[in-house]
Amino acid sequence: MRVTLSDADRGTLAGERGEGARLAMSILVRMAEVVGAETLLDITAAHIDSSLYQGPSTLEFAERLADGGARVQVPTTLNVSGVDVGGWREWDVPADWAEPARRQMDAYERMGCAPTWTCAPYQTERRPEFGEQVAWGESSAVVFANSVLGARTERYPDLMDICCAVTGRAPAAGLHLRHNRRGQLLVDLSRLPARLARDPSFFPVLGHWIGARAGERIPVLDGFALAPRDRTGPAGTLDPSEDDLKALGAAMASSGAVALFHWIGLTPEAPDLDTAFQGAAPESAIRATLAELARARDDLGSGLADDDGLDLVVLGSPHFSLAEFAALARLVAGQRRHPEVRLLITTGRAVRALAERAGYLDALDAFGAELTVDTCILTTPMLPAEIRRLMTNSAKYAYYAPGLLERAVAFGSLADCVASAIAGRVVRDDQAWTA
Amino acid sequence: MTRRTFGAPEPDGAPEPDGAREPGDLPESVVLTGQSVVPGTAEAALLYTTEPLSFWGGYDPDTGRIIDRRHPLAGRNAAGLILAIPATRGSSTTTAVLLESVRNGTAPAAIVTAGSDPVLALASVVASEMYGRPIPIIALVAADYRRLRTAGHVRVTDVGQVEFVSGSGVSGSRAARPARRR
Repeated sequence: MRVTLSDADRGTLAGERGEGARLAMSILVRMAEVVGAETLLDITAAHIDSSLYQGPSTLEFAERLADGGARVQVPTTLNVSGVDVGGWREWDVPADWAEPARRQMDAYERMGCAPTWTCAPYQTERRPEFGEQVAWGESSAVVFANSVLGARTERYPDLMDICCAVTGRAPAAGLHLRHNRRGQLLVDLSRLPARLARDPSFFPVLGHWIGARAGERIPVLDGFALAPRDRTGPAGTLDPSEDDLKALGAAMASSGAVALFHWIGLTPEAPDLDTAFQGAAPESAIRATLAELARARDDLGSGLADDDGLDLVVLGSPHFSLAEFAALARLVAGQRRHPEVRLLITTGRAVRALAERAGYLDALDAFGAELTVDTCILTTPMLPAEIRRLMTNSAKYAYYAPGLLERAVAFGSLADCVASAIAGRVVRDDQAWTA
Repeated sequence: MTRRTFGAPEPDGAPEPDGAREPGDLPESVVLTGQSVVPGTAEAALLYTTEPLSFWGGYDPDTGRIIDRRHPLAGRNAAGLILAIPATRGSSTTTAVLLESVRNGTAPAAIVTAGSDPVLALASVVASEMYGRPIPIIALVAADYRRLRTAGHVRVTDVGQVEFVSGSGVSGSRAARPARRR
């Protein structure tokens, strides 16, 4: 299949805009053929995951583009980096790893990307509007952009997102096209008890459970009583915050490859079932039960039981938001962590600045918490060997830490994590989860 | 990215379609024709599995060893072999890990998939642009993919064919089962 290119595309492919842009367009055109796109479409923004250092090849790729004069054609944000430039020496990052990782960061900045260094750019940067065509990398950001914002992006793999950004183009395929955004898997939440609405870990647990069942399909959630949008409804109904939806999507994109979900009455492409499924019947349906979700909650832990000792409580995957800093500051106020348990928060530099201005960091300092910006425990080799036992409220951290970091992990709510950091052992409130 | 599937392969442990074959008694004429996603030629032993693989956290680019401990091929080394995996899964950083393995000379000689997998294709396309060394990638339909189970050495051609050179390959779903049981 041949891809129909515009005159400008052909010019870029012929090297009229330099070698870097030619390389990017060449990759883009070959990939458009692979995915069966008939044409390329214009994008208006990009978010780049390729900036993450994986070894000499990813640095060489970045420098080949940057040295070849490639410059992003649309506003472009950067995902987590390999190093916290100001703070990596405080952790166990090897210097011979930090140096090339830093050079790779520089290459992406030279291409004109904004040094946002966060997996949650939507927390501080301009958000794509409903229906806007963008090219985003980072699975948790992709699912947020598609589902919560209603923007349109594929789940771009590393090395491809930057090719889209420097050409301003993307293959017209996949989730860029409306008919591919039709719901596929109906997820019935109507059997779940209303009290789950009061436990914020409901969202990562639900996402973990759905992702494992959805795989790459588009789930459509329905059946849980939602608070009216004007907030006049009865207490106890579900009123998900953006952080809840961030956690839900990131979990689905970890245990599964979900790039888009719909939630009837909540997300912008799902005012009702008929719209979410675009008039078709669901391909299949599943029903969530309390027992299944309680099992999924336990499944997020690995190698740690309640009351076991802990080395580190880690929060912020995706990156901690300002609202989460506010909640954490309230929870830790006037208290101090257990001397043998460290508390680490991972966030972006912009949110840290906001949290500092808002005064939230004073309470965290007093508690003994530490902050790492621009990266996370999964993407930089920062954890010292003696830290073996982690606890987190993030389904994404909980999912990847055992395999990638070979650490034991416990999962709980934010309040559970704080209680555990104080007690020095895993403490979890199971009330909402027992029948 | 959108994966175009031609149907999912059977899970590991699916019953054999016919009686078990002795190694080497395949007819020499077996040629499976699929889509040449990234053209190229290679001939090597086949490493076969029905379990998707994430290269990030699953493939060591320094050695070519499969390191995902939950994967049936865990502990096998795919460097220089023809790797048959139905698809990639999980992280989109798979492309970077595979590119790194091409640079290190630890990549598979070719990859055969069930349905076309754009993440693998991207790694190969970038490897071609960067190092002049694309990994040939062939997408078979699911039924043909399953026939690879009995293959030993295979040859892939740049028109999307997989030719059986001999039987009794390295498989992650039959003879190599102990790797999974641990």
